[in-house]
This record gives sequence, structure tokens and C-alpha cells, in this order.
Amino acid sequence: MSMNNVGRPTRPEASNDDAGFNSLSGGRGLLQDEPLIFELGGWTKTGVDLPDVVPADSALAGLTRDEPIGLPGLSEPEAVRHYVRLSQKNHAIDLALYPLGSCTMKHNPRLNEKMARLPGLSDIHPLQPQSTVQGAIELMDRLAHWLKTLTGMPAVALSPKAGAHGELCGLLAIRAAHEAAGNGHRKTVLAPTSAHGTNPATAAFCGYTVVEIAQTDDGRVDLADLEAKLGDHVAAIMVTNPNTCGLFERDVVEIARLTHAAGAYFYCDGANFNAIVGRVRPGDLGVDAMHINLHKTFSTPHGGGGPGAGPVVLSEALAPFAPTPWVVHDENGYKLVEEAVGPAAQAFGRMSAFHGQMGMYVRAYAYMLSHGADGLRQVAEDAVLNANYIKARLSDLMSPAFPEGPCMHEALFDDAWLEDTGVTTLDFAKAMIDEGFHPMTMYFPLVVHGAMLIEPTETESKAELDRFIEALRLLAQAAKAGETGRFKNAPHLAPLKRLDETLAARKPKLKWKPVAPAPLAAE
Amino acid sequence: MRYLPLTPEDRADMLGVIGAGSIDELFVDVPAVARRSEPVDLPHHAGEIEVERELLRLSRRNRSAAEGPFFVGAGAYRHHVPATVDHIIQRSEFLTSYTPYQPEIAQGTLQVLFEFQSQVAALTGMDVANASLYDGSTATAEAVMMAQRVTRKNKAVLSGGVHPQYVGAVETLAHAAGVTTHRLPAAIDAEDAVIAAIDADTACVVVQTPNVFGTATDVTRIAEAAHAAGALLIVVTTEAVSYGLLKSPGAMGADIAVAEGQSIGNGLNFGGPYVGLFACREKFVRQAPGRLCGETVDADGKRGFVLTLSTREQHIRRDKATSNICTNSGLCALAFSIHMSLLGEQGLRQLASLNHQKALATAKALAAIPGVEILTPRFFNEFAVRLPKDAAEVVETLAAHGVIAGVPYSRLEPGAGLDDVLLVATTETTLDTDITFFAKLLAGAVQ
Amino acid sequence: MRFTKDHEWVVVEGDIATVGITAYAAEQLGDVVFVEVPEVGKTVAQGDGLAVVESVKAASDVYAPVSGEVVEANAELGDAPETVNAVPEAGGWFAKLKLSNPAEVDALMDRDAYEAFLSTL
Repeated sequence: MSMNNVGRPTRPEASNDDAGFNSLSGGRGLLQDEPLIFELGGWTKTGVDLPDVVPADSALAGLTRDEPIGLPGLSEPEAVRHYVRLSQKNHAIDLALYPLGSCTMKHNPRLNEKMARLPGLSDIHPLQPQSTVQGAIELMDRLAHWLKTLTGMPAVALSPKAGAHGELCGLLAIRAAHEAAGNGHRKTVLAPTSAHGTNPATAAFCGYTVVEIAQTDDGRVDLADLEAKLGDHVAAIMVTNPNTCGLFERDVVEIARLTHAAGAYFYCDGANFNAIVGRVRPGDLGVDAMHINLHKTFSTPHGGGGPGAGPVVLSEALAPFAPTPWVVHDENGYKLVEEAVGPAAQAFGRMSAFHGQMGMYVRAYAYMLSHGADGLRQVAEDAVLNANYIKARLSDLMSPAFPEGPCMHEALFDDAWLEDTGVTTLDFAKAMIDEGFHPMTMYFPLVVHGAMLIEPTETESKAELDRFIEALRLLAQAAKAGETGRFKNAPHLAPLKRLDETLAARKPKLKWKPVAPAPLAAE
Repeated sequence: MRYLPLTPEDRADMLGVIGAGSIDELFVDVPAVARRSEPVDLPHHAGEIEVERELLRLSRRNRSAAEGPFFVGAGAYRHHVPATVDHIIQRSEFLTSYTPYQPEIAQGTLQVLFEFQSQVAALTGMDVANASLYDGSTATAEAVMMAQRVTRKNKAVLSGGVHPQYVGAVETLAHAAGVTTHRLPAAIDAEDAVIAAIDADTACVVVQTPNVFGTATDVTRIAEAAHAAGALLIVVTTEAVSYGLLKSPGAMGADIAVAEGQSIGNGLNFGGPYVGLFACREKFVRQAPGRLCGETVDADGKRGFVLTLSTREQHIRRDKATSNICTNSGLCALAFSIHMSLLGEQGLRQLASLNHQKALATAKALAAIPGVEILTPRFFNEFAVRLPKDAAEVVETLAAHGVIAGVPYSRLEPGAGLDDVLLVATTETTLDTDITFFAKLLAGAVQ
Repeated sequence: MRFTKDHEWVVVEGDIATVGITAYAAEQLGDVVFVEVPEVGKTVAQGDGLAVVESVKAASDVYAPVSGEVVEANAELGDAPETVNAVPEAGGWFAKLKLSNPAEVDALMDRDAYEAFLSTL
């Protein structure tokens, strides 16, 4: 028998408590400290190989940049490590549940990424001849058809680049419609106190004054208050449905009727469309305009803050005012109408250069095809089921803001249950990080004290929900048992501890600056 | 359905825990008139195979830029993007994370944004840059709105060299907010006309360099005239690679510099998503739109990054916010930043020179064609030519022969009387044989 | 020192009123990170927005407790907004106004009345 006689232990020693253990170099196992590219890179280093340039005569004399720019360069291996190390400091939906209410952090299918990278869809220019991009324009037309069918609305403006941009598009269409009808004096927009911040910000950008609508005790628009505030000065109402408390506006049809009777339009913030897609068509509710966040309901990735896409569906009344461009087709093929002339003269303008977020259209269309009408309906049902399950299983320990009746796709709790524990909503949320979960949306909507808004989405399994619920239950019990240390300094196990946001705001450091050289010693 | 983990048994169990008899009971608040018992009239779900087939069908009906000679620019440019960029932006932790509102578990995205802001500030020669806006055109519109807040004046003067679709985006927002726009007639070299249009009511002057006709301009004189009138100078750049060769907006006196960042790290994607660069002087930062990432320390004193100066933003300031923007172009900014890190100063300068040389070679080849006139006096990688024929017709003719010749100016601004003007762009991806073939076909087409 | 229900204070010397926010308000705001003080020469009526005070997560308008013309703004707050937290009712003042209607001061709460008002919140 021959054998390798260099033995080594293959079972760990009995573990001592490693709390407080620090490495010698500052490294932390798989989690590396990582400098800035400005500290890593070289001023003459590059990670690309380009052909040598043979200078030729140029008319740019006096226009050229002769001073250093100040850009560090990295070789390819250094760049890959830098970004991989940074990536490992991020939470992600691919890692664990990401229950940010109002944000719809659902699984992002990789098929969509693959499709968006087909050269025929990614490597095409917005201004090459339309005869050479018939497939791209057809895809926009198909997407428009799905969005119109799912919402029961007759028209859609695809070009807005995100939800807030869609809100702007919708309000501008409303404004144009009022002006065309001689109602330019309508300068007020009504919105509930619970609205997303983008609603009042968008209305103000359009030159409108925002007046808040009161909310009932069960978390809905107060019809009497709405009726009292409607009038000849009101251009539109902006109502989110399902609303930001995670509840369906039961009286939405009456809201629409009152609004229209007062000569105003009904803008619906469609951020929460995921709860009703395939089951409820906003067109059946009396909505005049609604944006659809493709990066929420239709799964295009959030990408650390963007990009998104915010197509806006429009009613008959608003359709003539839709911004350019839009798609038409006949026996000769597909065409993008890019200029507001002729029959399109009522268009209010354009939202941006080019035709919108094509890369997001491809992903959203692949997602729609994958789910189909049946699957999308199931999306809404499972999203609502998951949220109600969380609400049901946490209601004995935490206090639901609106205990009566079902919620839609998100479960909202207030902080009444934390009273006298010394633990705040923020502390509780930060402690969730130590348990491996991203915090829920906190302190929003503003109408609920210490709000905790949990949106699980439909792409969580029951096992993952149970794991999440169990973690929250343990935390809630710890909070009630007075384990404040667990919460006050949380997170303990994240790459960094709580950050000093006061310092950041008082003395803003918004870019890297070279460290000043040490002053020369006096001779 | 492959994306939905719940089994029928799970659903039944969960309904039991909730105490609901059926899923319909959870939708009880929906008015009866809007309840749908059946799926909408659209196809049923499909597997990966079927979806791939459909998307491939659509993609094959498009002529991609890589297929042959391609000279289209006018605000979007086909550059080579290193493979590393697309690999990294598809990492789960970047692709599938949200806006970094919880800094303890978002340092990856936050450090990237800080590096991005630092790169953009350096490129534009400005004090500070934000964490991106949607694209160059909306960034321009936001800059005009910011100038209104800073100067408390309500008039914007736009040069005749600004991309007409950028003008459109500005007008949409400005008119809604009560800012009047004075856009000068399309002009290839517009400096003096811009200076003449500035008056005491002017909040801002918007100039583009290189402009839509490709003309590169030292805007220092315009800056001086704007400042003398109490107006801000907004400098727009649609080709970010030009920063590697041309004087920066900051060096020429810009108060706000905005740009389309697509050229670095991002593909053409038929117009979006792109990435808007936005930079300004430090004293105006509290009037800036969009997110800002700043450096700070954590409870242990370790360096870290957070979103800061958030009281400008819609989620706090609501109707008094500096912008309504929420979702921005985070992942495109990451792509930009990775590509820029790979290039470094040396790579960017070389890339810019290469782009310029390709344009010089192309212009030389086209200028030799009888009847074709190069209109742009000083250009970077794009220039305007006058053809003896309608430019849109020529483009269609050449497209039929496999060459995408450029953008007819009439597509951007019908009725400007420039139907014979073609905008021709080159990049490092332009081959010498592309130039030769283009010139040969064009010579035939304009005869 | 006189007080408003919006938690501003006023101290009058001659025809000049110094305005700030109360210790209670500073405590409620948390760490003050920025103060937007008014421009000298600006005329405000009682109840008009006079300044904006910001913490990390909130921005609050400070209303003019009395009418008048701004004759001085506290330049020190630009570099040291934390002064508002440290000494809200002294060095953390925001602006000095030249009173246009001194009678307005008399209608404001004295400290006892303000303390009583706070106890109702």
C-alpha cells in the first residue's frame, strides 16, 4: 500500500467565541476592503488596447484639452477585481428577499437580459432609416398592444423614461387638454397626503399647486373631502391605486365620477399595478392617465437606482395630446411619427430625445410573453396572497396599520407595537440587515406613524416567506423583551456600521480630491 | 409558470392561514364593475424557447450597426464597449439591487456612484456632478429649470447648434414651468448670434459643443456675455468621448455642464436607456436635480458613502423639490464608470484622437466627391455635409446597398430648409474600407 | 423673548427683532445640517417664509414671526449649522428684522405661555 503520509486535520477545532476577532491586515474573509479607483489606478495605465493614432491635420487648434483631466486607469484584471469586490457589499434581490414596499423588487429573469442583448435589438441606432429597424418599431407596437390590453386603455405614450417622467407626461397631456378646451385656468392638483413624493413634485414642475386630500380612518381617499375640494380650479387628481397603504381604493369608480363631473382628469399613479395586473383594468375604473413602471410590474432590473421606463396609458380624451414619437402601421410596415405636425398637431411635444427606453421594452416584452395573460393574472394573485400571508402571520406581534380586511400586494404596519420598547422603526429595520434581509420601506406613507411597508412580491416561495416571517417574529420578540442593544447599534454584521449622514450633509464631499501634499518642513 | 414559486398546495395553505376561502376574497375591495373573471385577450404563457423565437424574429428585421459601414450619430454613437463592462453590470449585486437607501448594505453601488461623480466632474471640468439623470436631453431640460431657480429669471436662450430633439425636451418642461425659450435658427457656427440674443431677462444660455452639426466651439466668449447679463451658461455635449480631446466646459466658463454619457460603456439600444451627465459649480449644488452621493464615516470611523443633500429631492421636499426625478440611470452610470476606469486618461485621449482621425479621413474622402461640400469648420468625430440632392433620399439609397450613411438633418428638424444636409459620424469602429465604400457609393448616388 | 406656535422666537432691541427657532424645535429637527438664511433687504410679512432649516431627512420652513425688513442674516450658520442645535436661542439665530409693525410682538406668547403650549403637544 502506498499512501500520502502528509496528513493534516480535516475537521475543525472546537470553536471558541470569535466575537471581536480582527484580522491583521483589515481584510475580512470574502469581504475585501476596496480603495477608490483614484487610489488604485495609474495616470498612465489603461485597460484597453487601441490602435496607434497617426496624427493628421486638424482644425482644432486652440480648442484642445492640454491640461491633465485627472482620470485614473486600471488594467482589466484590476478593474474586474475592483468591481467584483464592490459588488459583494450590496444586497440584491438575487441574494434574498428585498421587501421594499412600493418598489416591487421581484425576480429579474435572465432570459430578458439575453434578449435585450441580441445585436438586432441592442446594436441599432435610434436615427438610422426606419426601413432598417422595422423589427424594433414592431416590438414597440407589440408592447403598446399588451399595455393597452392589460389596462383597458385606448392609447399609450411609450417614451417616458421612468415613473416620475411618466407622471410628468400624464400631467402635461392633461394640461394640454385643458388648454385646448379653454380651461387653462385650472391650476390645482389634488393628491392624498399618502402620495409618493414624485406626485407633488411633478405637479409643481407642471406649474400646478398641490392641495392635499384627506384620508379616511381605513386608509382610503375621503370622498367628502375630495368632493369639497373639487371645483372649476382643479385640473386633475393624482391617486395611487392600489394606494400607498397597500389598499385598493374601494370607491375608485365614484372618485372618477366626481372628478369627471367637476371637469377634472383622473391621473392614477400606477406604481402598484403589480397587485392587479391581469385582474383589474384601470380603464374600467375611469382612469384618464396612468404610468406603468416597467421596472416594477414588468421585472426590468432596478440596477441600483435605474434605468427604468414609465409608459403612460391614456384615455380617449387625452390620447390626442400624447407626446411624440408614437408608432403607426399600415400595409407598408411600421412607422415612428416623430414630429407633431398635421393630424398630430395637438401633441404636447416630446419627453426626451429619441424614442424611449428600448432596452427596457425588450425586457418587458419578453417578460409579458413568458407570463402570458394567464401568468400575469397569477402574478397579481400571488403578490396579493404573499402580502396577506405576511400580514396574517405577523399581526399578533406587530400592529397592522389597517387591520380590517385584506391588503393588496403590500402589508403595512405602524410602530404602535414598539411603544415603550425603546426601539424605533429605523432600529428594527436596521436589525433586519443582521438577519440577512433588506429592510422594508420605512416612514412611508407619511400618514402612518413609524410606517413599515412590506412588499414581498410574487416571486418569493413559501419557504422563503416563512424564513423571513420567522426572522421578523424573533426580532419582534427581542424588541419586546428589551434587547435594545441588538437594535440600537444595528447592523452589526454588515460591511459597515451605521453611517454618519449628518457629517455627509454638513460637510459635503461629493468627489474624490487628491490628498494635499504634506507641507515642506521649514528650513 | 417558471417565475412563480408557489404551488397550488402552498396557495391553499396560505389562504387557510389568512382565513380566506378563495383568492377572490382578497380582491373584495375591487368594485364589481371592474372584476374580471377571465384573463385578458392576450396569448397564454410561453417557455424560453418560444420567447427566444419571437424576439429573434423581431431582431432579424433590424439592420444592426455591426453589419457594415455605419455613419449614424446625432446624439448617439456606436463605440466599442469592452467585454468586461457588460460582464460586470450583469452581476446580481449591481443588476438586481435598488437605489442605495440603506448604505450599510449598498456600499458597492454607493462607491461606484462616488467614483462616477468624480469621473464626471473631472471630465466636464466642473466642481461637482450628480449620480446621473435619464439622458442628455432631459439633463439639459433639468439644467434650464435649475437656472431658473438660481437666477429667478424666466427666459432661456438656446443656440441654433443645439440638437433639435434636445430643444424639444427643454421646451416641453420649460413651457410647463413658465420659462420662455428663445431658440435661434439652426446654425452651423452660431457663436455671435447667441451672444447677440442675451439680454437682462436671460436666465440661461444653452450651447452645445460639439454641436448638432459637429462644430466644436470655444464658448468662453459666450460665458463672459452670459455672466455679464447675470445669466448662467449651460454647455451641452452629446458625444462624451470628445472630452478626451476638447477643452472642458468648466475650462470655458460653464456654470452647468450636461452630457449624454451613452458613448462610454453603453450600447446604442435604439435610443435608450442612456445616461445623463450633470455637473455644476459647487455654489449651485443645493439647486441641483437628482441624487448625490457623498463620503462620510461609519460608527467605527471607517470610510463609507451615503446619498446626501436629499432634502432637495422629491421624497422629502415633495412639491418644493428641485426635480421630480426618482429612478435615474444607475446601471448605465456603472457601465460608464467601468469603461472610463478601463480607458483611464491615456485610453480616453487615445480613443478621442482615433475618433477624430477617422472623421478627418472620412471628410477628406467625401470632400473629393464633386457636388459634396463639408460644412463644419471645426469638428471632432462628426460633421455636416451638403449634398446636391435630398439627404433623406440619399440615405435610403445607400441603405439599400448596405451603407448607413448618417442622419439627414431634416429628420431632426423638418422645415429648417436644410433638406440637403447630412450629418456624418465616425468612431473607432469605422474601418478604412467602410470610408472607401461609403465615398464610392455616395459619389454614385449624387451624380 | 417671545414665541410663536410654529416654534420661532423673537428678541426685540429698539426696532430690531432677532429671530431664531426654539430649543424644542431644534430638538425635534435633529441634527441641523443646513440653514438657508434670507437675503439682506428682503421684506417679509408676518407668517411669510423667512428661512429654511434642514436636517438630514427633513426640510422645514421658518416663518417670520413679525413683519419687517431683513437687515442681517447669521452668516456663521453657513459653515456651522450645528450652532442651531448647540445654542438655538442665542448664537443660532437666523436673521435680524427691522420691525415694520412693533405691535405684532406684543401678540406673541411669552415663555410661560409657550411652555404651556408645548405641554399640550
